[in-house]
Amino acid sequence: MPPFTSLTAIAAPLPLANVDTDKIIPARFLKTIARTGLGVHLFDALRYDEHGAERPDFVLNREPYRAAQILIAHENFGCGSSREHAPWALLDFGIRCIIAPDFADIFHNNCFKNGILPVRLSRAICDALIADASLGPNARLTVDLESQIVARPNGETVAFDIDPSRKRALLLGLDEIGETLQRASAIAAFEGRHRAASPWIPGLAS
Amino acid sequence: MARTLFEKIWQAHVVEQMPDGTCLLYIDRHLVHEVTSPQAFEGLRVAGRQVRRPDATIAVVDHNVPTSDRSQGIAEPDSRVQIETLERNVAEFGVPFLPLHDTRQGIVHIIGPEQGISLPGTTIVCGDSHTSTHGALGALAFGIGTSEVEHVLATQTLLQKPAKNLLVRVDGRLSPGVTAKDLVLAIIGRIGTAGGTGHVIEYAGEAIEALDMAGRFTVCNMSIEAGARAGLIAPDETTFAYVRGRPFAPQGEAFEAAVQHWRSLRSDPDAVFDKTIVLDAATVAPMVTWGTNPEAVLPIHETVPDPRDAEDPARRQAMQRMLDYMALTPGQALAQVPIDVVFIGSCTNGRIEDIREAARVARGRRVAPGVRALVVPGSGLVKRQAEAEGLDRILTEAGFEWREPGCSMCIAMNPDRLAPGQRCASTSNRNFEGRQGPGGRTHLCSPAMAAAAAVAGRLADVREFA
Repeated sequence: MPPFTSLTAIAAPLPLANVDTDKIIPARFLKTIARTGLGVHLFDALRYDEHGAERPDFVLNREPYRAAQILIAHENFGCGSSREHAPWALLDFGIRCIIAPDFADIFHNNCFKNGILPVRLSRAICDALIADASLGPNARLTVDLESQIVARPNGETVAFDIDPSRKRALLLGLDEIGETLQRASAIAAFEGRHRAASPWIPGLAS
Repeated sequence: MARTLFEKIWQAHVVEQMPDGTCLLYIDRHLVHEVTSPQAFEGLRVAGRQVRRPDATIAVVDHNVPTSDRSQGIAEPDSRVQIETLERNVAEFGVPFLPLHDTRQGIVHIIGPEQGISLPGTTIVCGDSHTSTHGALGALAFGIGTSEVEHVLATQTLLQKPAKNLLVRVDGRLSPGVTAKDLVLAIIGRIGTAGGTGHVIEYAGEAIEALDMAGRFTVCNMSIEAGARAGLIAPDETTFAYVRGRPFAPQGEAFEAAVQHWRSLRSDPDAVFDKTIVLDAATVAPMVTWGTNPEAVLPIHETVPDPRDAEDPARRQAMQRMLDYMALTPGQALAQVPIDVVFIGSCTNGRIEDIREAARVARGRRVAPGVRALVVPGSGLVKRQAEAEGLDRILTEAGFEWREPGCSMCIAMNPDRLAPGQRCASTSNRNFEGRQGPGGRTHLCSPAMAAAAAVAGRLADVREFA
């Protein structure tokens, strides 16, 4: 996983609530066996018309937002399915940080597994950042994970909360599976206790 | 200390707890399908890792499969590649598999319970958000992303923080013509699509206890549509009777011992919930969605709401966007909205009980001219049972299509999809823009309501089809 430390980049405003994972990447693009190449389908219905032409009014089709690496949205971002194709599509487009009042749980989890930082800030602050992001070429924000701060174009800073273990994993770009495998003996010991306590959970091998 | 049902199952599965409260949680059952697993198996392969517990893992194809005749294989190349990739992966890693031509094949959330793979008190995960379905058995079941699928394959564990507890208590009894689907839509309408975020919902109360297992699966299935991590219903005699004798369930003395334990799986009387919501079942009417998320729902006898009545400008704008997409006008009677397609099936409503409900309405009637109505059983065994009961004949004589099992038009990854602008009465779980095909318009409802819509050619109140 790519580490996330600090990012100064164009921020794109997407002032919509309940941006669901079907909107982020429709199901018909999930028929892939790769993690990459999904950026072209990101926000497909918002971004392209029925003939596949770009909709000129959609934010990611406009300059400077084609190069956006930060996205700012409203409540319940990423609701719906568990498809990790949603963060993969965002990442493939270039988005490394999403700022919103809140996120759906599974999407929120999935971001951390892919080096994307989801930042929860109040609706009022998100709206202020959306106003910042609407400044065109000046729409640059800095998101610093170590100090847990978003810096606005006017120099003001906003602090955000993050789970300490998730912060560490992002900063280091940890291979979580590798980390967990180092606990293999604890897992094996648990399995022994669990099998003794719940002998009625049979194996599925036929 | 008094504990909730969620806390009991959670604590019984904690391998280790980190200083910040994150837990390494043991997973008893891992269900795998073709769409969210290829990159996970590839990750294992690249890192030279194995599946830790193939005997706790089971794979099935469901999302991509055609629901027409499949004896000639799968025509759509991308779908075929994904299905063949799963077949190769399960062979390479030794994972048990229910292939396309197995009678037991079906939607992963139908077959888990049907085969007795999903059991009370267990932890169950799957790379699919509707894994919440299995919570109806009193299991802690939740959807995960592909990175977590890989994590579970390699370690049989997940890194998770405990959820908060939300109790939804439904007092009284549902009225005639009102089903579990209407109830859960009413609950989502009440708490909203993010009302359950960060929480596990436990459903309790007289109306929940009175539901059969099919109804309980429907309710827990849609917990994710309220944003909840999982849904839970305490196991009782209804649950034990359902599990008894299923192929992968414990048998004989082991089953009796299990039931003894399962009886302890209920929230203690003085357990503390972070939030409690109380509903009166008698006030729930047959429901139908009018917008593009499941909280945009109303009783069928109501009219399309007016965005001008919303106080919050953002809410007003969101409502207007929904009405524009759905091509509906404020004040229009929901029961007068004409439909083009009816879809009966999915992990929400693809069980034998759902098909019986649809057939009861369809019997002796005809699908309205110009309406296409699909019935897609949730599994091969549901299909066989329905055929043994003659339900397929009732439905086909009424003009419904009787199809092969799979996810079908709930997610539109196979050829079953809406054309742009088509309007569908659907028993599935999501009415998001484009969910059933680009430009398609979805109205979520119960199987009986969907069958009534097929016959009427418009959204219709099933209570008029007694």
